[in-house]
Amino acid sequence: MNKQLLLGAEAIALGALDAGISGVYAYPGTPSTEITEYIQKNSDDLEQPVRSAWSTNEKTAYEAALGMSYAGKRSLVCMKHVGLNVAADAFINSAITGVNGGLVVAVADDPSMHSSQNEQDSRVYGRFAMLPVLEPSSQQDLYTATREAFDLSESVRLPVLLRLTTRLAHSRAGVKRTAARMQNPLNAIYAPERFVLIPQNARRQYNVLLGMQKELEKRSELSWLNRLITGTGSKGVIAFGIAFNYTMEVRQTFKLDFPVLQIGQYPLPRSLVESFFRSCDTILVAEEGYPVYEELLRGYFGGENIMGRMDGALPRAGELNADIIASGLGITPKAVLPVPDIVVHRPPALCKGCGHRDLYDALTTVMGSFREHHVFSDIGCYTLGALEPFNAIHTCVDMGASITMAKGAADAGLRPAVAVIGDSTFTHSGMTGLLDAINDKSPLTVIIADNDTTAMTGGQLSSATGSRLLDICRGLGVEDEHLRTIVPLKSHLEENMTVLREEISYEGVSVVIAQRECIETAARKKRNKVTGT
Amino acid sequence: MQINIILAGVGGQGILTIAAAIGRAALQSGLTIRQTEVHGMSQRGGAVQSHLRISNREIYSDLIAEGTAHMILSVEPHEALRYLPFLAPESRIITSIDPFINVENYPAIEDILAELNRTNRPVLVNAAELAREAGNARTSNMVMLGAAAPYIGIANEQLESAIGELFHAKGPDIVDVNIRAFRKGKELSKTQATEP
Repeated sequence: MNKQLLLGAEAIALGALDAGISGVYAYPGTPSTEITEYIQKNSDDLEQPVRSAWSTNEKTAYEAALGMSYAGKRSLVCMKHVGLNVAADAFINSAITGVNGGLVVAVADDPSMHSSQNEQDSRVYGRFAMLPVLEPSSQQDLYTATREAFDLSESVRLPVLLRLTTRLAHSRAGVKRTAARMQNPLNAIYAPERFVLIPQNARRQYNVLLGMQKELEKRSELSWLNRLITGTGSKGVIAFGIAFNYTMEVRQTFKLDFPVLQIGQYPLPRSLVESFFRSCDTILVAEEGYPVYEELLRGYFGGENIMGRMDGALPRAGELNADIIASGLGITPKAVLPVPDIVVHRPPALCKGCGHRDLYDALTTVMGSFREHHVFSDIGCYTLGALEPFNAIHTCVDMGASITMAKGAADAGLRPAVAVIGDSTFTHSGMTGLLDAINDKSPLTVIIADNDTTAMTGGQLSSATGSRLLDICRGLGVEDEHLRTIVPLKSHLEENMTVLREEISYEGVSVVIAQRECIETAARKKRNKVTGT
Repeated sequence: MQINIILAGVGGQGILTIAAAIGRAALQSGLTIRQTEVHGMSQRGGAVQSHLRISNREIYSDLIAEGTAHMILSVEPHEALRYLPFLAPESRIITSIDPFINVENYPAIEDILAELNRTNRPVLVNAAELAREAGNARTSNMVMLGAAAPYIGIANEQLESAIGELFHAKGPDIVDVNIRAFRKGKELSKTQATEP
């Protein structure tokens, strides 16, 4: 078969399809979104149907994937690194229950925080859950490793974590596929001793997991993802995941011949690492993310001959590149052309004509009439309201935190307490917080910016929009007279300000839904209509 | 053979279509390719870049190292300057001269052109005008691909066939106008190269 030009994320999707998954479960999040999108786009061409609609959040996605595995079929669940925080309860416990059909968790980390609130390293979660973790370094390896991850999962009866980072997720390369495997038949097995995690079962299952660790390490020792590139000299590099690419780039560019130990499967293959340490005097530990294994290696071997992120040889934060590895190896950088002084910063901004602009114009004016004008917000395009010229919001912490933080502030006595949250973020993690506020009669106003899509990640379908959001709010107990809708358009500015002023002044829970379709989504629909695609 | 290209522009200007065309053509020519993209928050009207690497041997890094790009190909003149540290000595900038102004402190276009002219033999392209001449103002990214074509190391036929495949779903008229835009850019680039 010919090579296809695929993003790393898409290579995972193709690998999973060819491994015979029956379903993918995910909530969109940069840089993981394209895994699920690829499966959705290609669903018509599949011999056997694969379930692929978006989940409400990462936890519901993870549990559904576990359920599909329980029923004997293979399932893939995908998320960005912070999404694994949301799914963590299910993730950690699924290591205790184990799986039936193969279950692979693809998690895309975002070091340097290109599109994220932090740069947490999902390998920590892998160790925490004591599960096998795969971290391939190329698009082709991602394809192959994803396929094999399902076999590994079924063979050790555990979920397998597949970790990648932004640069690999969002970089294209030619990928060659191999013949697709058929899906597993339905095969749900009664195994309450594994899946009912009451203490007596959980204790036994936990011991099973502990007992598996030696076997998992043995698999790492034998894995093709862990390999030695022989060389000369007394200085070597242990390169984890994508750090291998940058290390080899330096080796090629500067015509060096130092030995490299590539690590792409965990738990750490201890004897492979030990023999590498015996063969080198000094070792640079190159990890994309936290110094997770550098810390461990310093514990194993003492710190004297180890360089890495912990001693400043490499920077402690941010993603790596070949220039950083070269400098870590003591290669003096060449002088390069400077950026001219006239170049200015061009930050991301809300699109021209976006409804969020009109919402913030109205809201900021209304809030200006109050002595305290804090606006708690959330994760999505509307977070750009924090920047010039709006300066309209004052918090953005995690999915759903706008409502619950506003509630806590209201409980503390802050008046008014206002939250701005998008439609998709509301269904992801906002609904439960709203229920808390209603139960507590906390005086706060929730503004749901309903643009009918998950816009920030490229316009995926939201779990509920439009009238369904009204139904949800009503069902949670929002009073009819304080459940209002507005259309954020310039021509509606005056009446929108009136509605906002009335509801913000109300001493109870009020919800204002600002309904206007994302202009990007609207334009895309129009284009597709014209071209008939 | 190894070519490193920094593609630059502003979110929504179509640099990924340029990258996709080069990528397809490179793959069809049997070359190895790596090409990074920017998705998510940063693409909303912000500065975007793509690192594109083509080689006849294995490519390790998805990212281009500083001082090793053989070309900065930009669809916006100010954005071309942002990535100067990546440019290798003797390499050049190929850029559109049509400013995309969405920030208040955008510098004067004369100052931008002066900086561009300080670099090594830049190819400066009136892309919007050539796109309109080709028949569709939205094809200026293909004009820029054409302007870069003489320096990419891939046969024109391969690039044109890649453009054909990319726009195939939108019908023959759209394919034709994009090919015309590509050729206009290529002609201009050749003229500039022969000028003293």
